[in-house]
Amino acid sequence: MDEIYILWWRQMKRYLRTRSRIFGSIGQPILFLLALGYGLGAVFERAGQGDYLQFLVPGIILQTLLFSGVFWGIQILFDKRFGFLKEMLVAPVPRVKVLLGNALGGTTISIIQAVVVFIVAAAFGFRPENWSMLPVAFLIIVVLSLTLASFGAGLASMVDDFQGFQAINNFLIFPLFFLSSALYPLSNVPDVLRILASINPLSYAVDALRYTMIHQTHFGLGLDLAVIGSALVVSVLFAVNRFNRIQI
Amino acid sequence: MVKPIIEARDVVKTFGTIQAVDHVSFEVYPGEIFAFLGPNGAGKSTTIKMLTTMLRPTSGKLLLNGHDVAKDQAAARKSFGIVFQDPALEEELTAYENMLFHAVLYGVPKGQHTTRIEELMKLVDLWERRDSLVRTYSGGMRRRLEIARGLLHHPQILFLDEPTLGLDTQTRNVLWNYVNKLNKEEGMTIFFTTHYLDEAEQVAERIAIIDHGKIVAEGTTKQLTAKTKTKSLEKAYLKLTGEGIRDEISEDFDGLNVRSALRNQRLRG
Ligand SMILES: Nc1ncnc2c1ncn2[C@@H]1O[C@H](COP(=O)(O)OP(=O)(O)O)[C@@H](O)[C@H]1O
Ligand SMILES: [Mg+2]
Repeated sequence: MDEIYILWWRQMKRYLRTRSRIFGSIGQPILFLLALGYGLGAVFERAGQGDYLQFLVPGIILQTLLFSGVFWGIQILFDKRFGFLKEMLVAPVPRVKVLLGNALGGTTISIIQAVVVFIVAAAFGFRPENWSMLPVAFLIIVVLSLTLASFGAGLASMVDDFQGFQAINNFLIFPLFFLSSALYPLSNVPDVLRILASINPLSYAVDALRYTMIHQTHFGLGLDLAVIGSALVVSVLFAVNRFNRIQI
Repeated sequence: MVKPIIEARDVVKTFGTIQAVDHVSFEVYPGEIFAFLGPNGAGKSTTIKMLTTMLRPTSGKLLLNGHDVAKDQAAARKSFGIVFQDPALEEELTAYENMLFHAVLYGVPKGQHTTRIEELMKLVDLWERRDSLVRTYSGGMRRRLEIARGLLHHPQILFLDEPTLGLDTQTRNVLWNYVNKLNKEEGMTIFFTTHYLDEAEQVAERIAIIDHGKIVAEGTTKQLTAKTKTKSLEKAYLKLTGEGIRDEISEDFDGLNVRSALRNQRLRG
């Protein structure tokens, strides 16, 4: 327990001491919120789809969690490059614990950022459909941040340099995000997009957030939760497997 | 017969076409101080990395305390501590926080955290700067902090990978005195690497000379000089490894100075 706590503690210290990271990682989703929310809002409404800001906010929350989690994975890459990972990897503590302590740090950071983005969205006029569902939304956010932080940790354990991570970002993370239902409803899109979104776990994640925040759903909450649960298991196994194999 | 606490059997490590460690076998017994002596690129760090679960051997077997390092990593990790050759500090933590992190992660008993951290930070003369971020530390200060951190918990086996590289003479003496004390009082087994002959001669009970990934000779200084029919470890070393080392010694004036300083100091006994 103490070991997990100290690993988490170090992640938090590091996060709070690098201000640029805080603003950078919250800035991007807020930019999306403003540019898309205000820029496309009128078009969206004219097409009879309702209030775009309401629709968009769950997607932006997911974006925050996704990029925060994956970006947090870079921390492992940093630790590998600057040597601190050695200090953690040869400790007389099972690697799973080392991973868990670190990933809980990443998870906490993601949750903080999602909450900040939520508050900013509320300031811009976002209103949840049903306030009593918010705790459920929060729980889903917690599970998603753990999933995505694990995913990020697994990815980072696989690559040795920042270029490799950049490539993963460009060719995996961005497509995953844009080809999900985070930014547009699936009801009116061409079949190609709908099919791609339907095999993309992120669509189910955002769908669950939408259900709990604005009471809209495409797949149904049951299916959403099943996909989210499976994604959690797969991501954690992936991270443990990759982390165990790190050689330095 | 006493069982070895560290054992390498026919260990090979290749990186692509580079044969970093080439069929190496050796044994270290509990309570021994053992040195790996060899020039840069000889395969010292690679051997330590394999022994400490950081790298997997290409072939061969490594045992710590009877545990196969490749198979039972968790058990192996419980038995050793290490001072790395390359930096391994968290820059965004203060020196004290780095020490505390290590104390908790490496299982130093809670009641001893503050006393031990203070003792060791004073030993390497960093106590006054304990609350500065490591980011603001100079290279020498970082090295001293790494040494202090490595001595914080008391494992059965302590690995020191070129611990004195970049250290001032004073801290070198402090380090070896402390290591000797741990060895004598707690029976801690010490495995260190160095490319300073005098350090190996003064500190180690037994030395393995490694060059191009191979152990070329092994034994006490006496045995090594007898084996090569030479008068000093330096002569024996030159005879065994050829020209390579000469460059290194002559380009490293610090090493020469320290050598004479250490001779006068008589660290052991
Ligand atoms: N990760 C690596 N990839 C490729 N080559 C390596 C790697 N690590 C070490 N080597 C090579 O293996 C040899 C032995 O290195 P090392 O064990 O660090 O030597 P020493 O510690 O004795 O100076 C060197 O030729 C070095 O370049
Ligand atoms: Mg080395």
